Amino acid sequence: MRFADVMQFASASLRGSRTRTLLMMLAMSIGVASVVVLTALGEGARRYVINQFSSLGSNLVIVFPGRTETAGIGPGMLLGQIPRELSLDDAQALLRSPAVSRLAPLTVGSSQISQGALNREVVVLGSTAELLEVRHMQLGQGQFLPRGDLHNSESVCVLGAKIRQTLFGSQNAVGSWVRLGDRRFRVIGVMAAQGESMGFNTDEIVIVPVAAAHMLFNTSGLFRILVEARHRDLVEAAKRDVESIIVQRHHGERDVTVITQDAVLATFDRILTALTMAVGGIAAISLAVAGVLIMNVMLIAVSQRVKEIGLLKALGAPAVQIRKLFFAEAILLSGMGCLLGLALGYAGSILIGQLYPSLPVSPPWWAVLAAFGTALGTGILFSVWPARRAARLDAVTALAGR
Amino acid sequence: MIALSHITRSFQVGDQQVTALRDINLDIGAGDYVSIMGPSGSGKSTLLNLIGLLDRPTSGIYRLDGGDVTTLDDAQQAKVRSEKIGFVFQSFHLVPRLTAAQNIELPMMLAGIAPHERRQRVAKLLDNYGLAERADHRPDQLSGGQRQRVAIARATSMQPAVLLADEPTGNLDQSTGKEVMNLLEQLVEQNVTLILVTHDPVIGSRALRQLQMVDGQIVSQSEREE
Repeated sequence: MRFADVMQFASASLRGSRTRTLLMMLAMSIGVASVVVLTALGEGARRYVINQFSSLGSNLVIVFPGRTETAGIGPGMLLGQIPRELSLDDAQALLRSPAVSRLAPLTVGSSQISQGALNREVVVLGSTAELLEVRHMQLGQGQFLPRGDLHNSESVCVLGAKIRQTLFGSQNAVGSWVRLGDRRFRVIGVMAAQGESMGFNTDEIVIVPVAAAHMLFNTSGLFRILVEARHRDLVEAAKRDVESIIVQRHHGERDVTVITQDAVLATFDRILTALTMAVGGIAAISLAVAGVLIMNVMLIAVSQRVKEIGLLKALGAPAVQIRKLFFAEAILLSGMGCLLGLALGYAGSILIGQLYPSLPVSPPWWAVLAAFGTALGTGILFSVWPARRAARLDAVTALAGR
Repeated sequence: MIALSHITRSFQVGDQQVTALRDINLDIGAGDYVSIMGPSGSGKSTLLNLIGLLDRPTSGIYRLDGGDVTTLDDAQQAKVRSEKIGFVFQSFHLVPRLTAAQNIELPMMLAGIAPHERRQRVAKLLDNYGLAERADHRPDQLSGGQRQRVAIARATSMQPAVLLADEPTGNLDQSTGKEVMNLLEQLVEQNVTLILVTHDPVIGSRALRQLQMVDGQIVSQSEREE
């Protein structure tokens, strides 16, 4: 029997029992669609986190004072010691490493900002000109912090977009003076509106030279040093260099924590991928249920068409042929259910994407493939028994309809 | 053409052994017209199914065209059925969802004959049996006589050497029955071997050779004088 004829015969018999076929396809498609939508959500969450991380900068090594140990409370903590602080000179020294391309020291504090009669509390970030590139920030107008000596405490500042809006409204801010704490700063630039990234709203900060921030808050330590490696492959080398330079400068004590952006990213990536797979797996259970339904339907089809099977045998169809016919029916059924499910799933993902535009929802290719495979697989697997049963029917009793 | 020697067929019903055919010896030549008559339960349908390779004998040898067909496996027997044997049933056994043309096409489709040749043969058969107008009708839109004509067209579509008819007129009224018998007898003239099972003596006596069966045995044979 020709392949085209097998398919045609199978599809004709599916069309013969329309309601049953449609219900079956619905069951199958809901299974496939749920796998697609749920994994799309999981993948969306994963991409969201990765995007957020990448927006922080690339090939970053982050240094912060104090050593995070899993061993619990160290003796120093009990004595009320705080870890040795990271100084500007420490930051400067890190540039000795050939793996480091540039770095941005960070100091954070909060202060009152006022312009005329307007004033509000703001987060003040002390850094250097390199911050703009290291942290992938966008300047809206004017210029960023001046390059040059780290210790230069020039009284200039760059405003976040929202701060500028509150203090100056529609007026031009660049060139004006604002008061931060007890010092006056000249506004030299305004950041472009970027919104929130990793829980840190760059629209609501004021950036000043790091030395000026030290004076403002009367400190000398750094909150973080953001180090950018020259190349992706050099991130680990940069991390080692940073550690050894700091240990050397701190008299052999390892009192800083150095993490790489990649390590954090990889952890998140692993967690969210596992989550996506788990959710997809749960959805796949519904596919197995659909498979059992297909088996049920095929068994009913066999017992309803006993006479037809007997006739086919009398007309010269061997058992293999009859098995093939029922097999083709099951494959067509699950295949069409699959396609319908994929369409539904993609439509659902697009809908979710429309509702939550910040979430980059898209079903991962492996999940789509797995859903398709599982659906077809269960469809075929669960039709083996009904098809065998049909093929094994005795022609004489089948013709008699018994 | 058909040679049965010492054919026995027995069934296990519960813990009782029921013998449907006892030591049947029968030779039927090409182009013969044979009717098998007898009361129900006499084994005439079992004999027909056996000749049609739908059933296997418990013992004995069945030769078709000189070859032993009792030892063939399922696929080989199916091939023999497809190529050499046509069936006509009392209840027609048309596939309800297929049209008259598609029902006639079915054996050729199963045999894997090319579509364009199938179409030609179907058109010719529809024409021969006066069904051209009814080609696209489904069985439930056809009368009893038309259904049996479709069934005969289907049985002959593979040009079989043997045609087996089990009570072909059983579900038809007298005049339609006669019409169907005429069609079957026309095939005999084309050298097709026709074996007919019936309990109707009027129909049965039309055959050239008549077998009487009782209790699984052929009790008498007679030939109609021309």
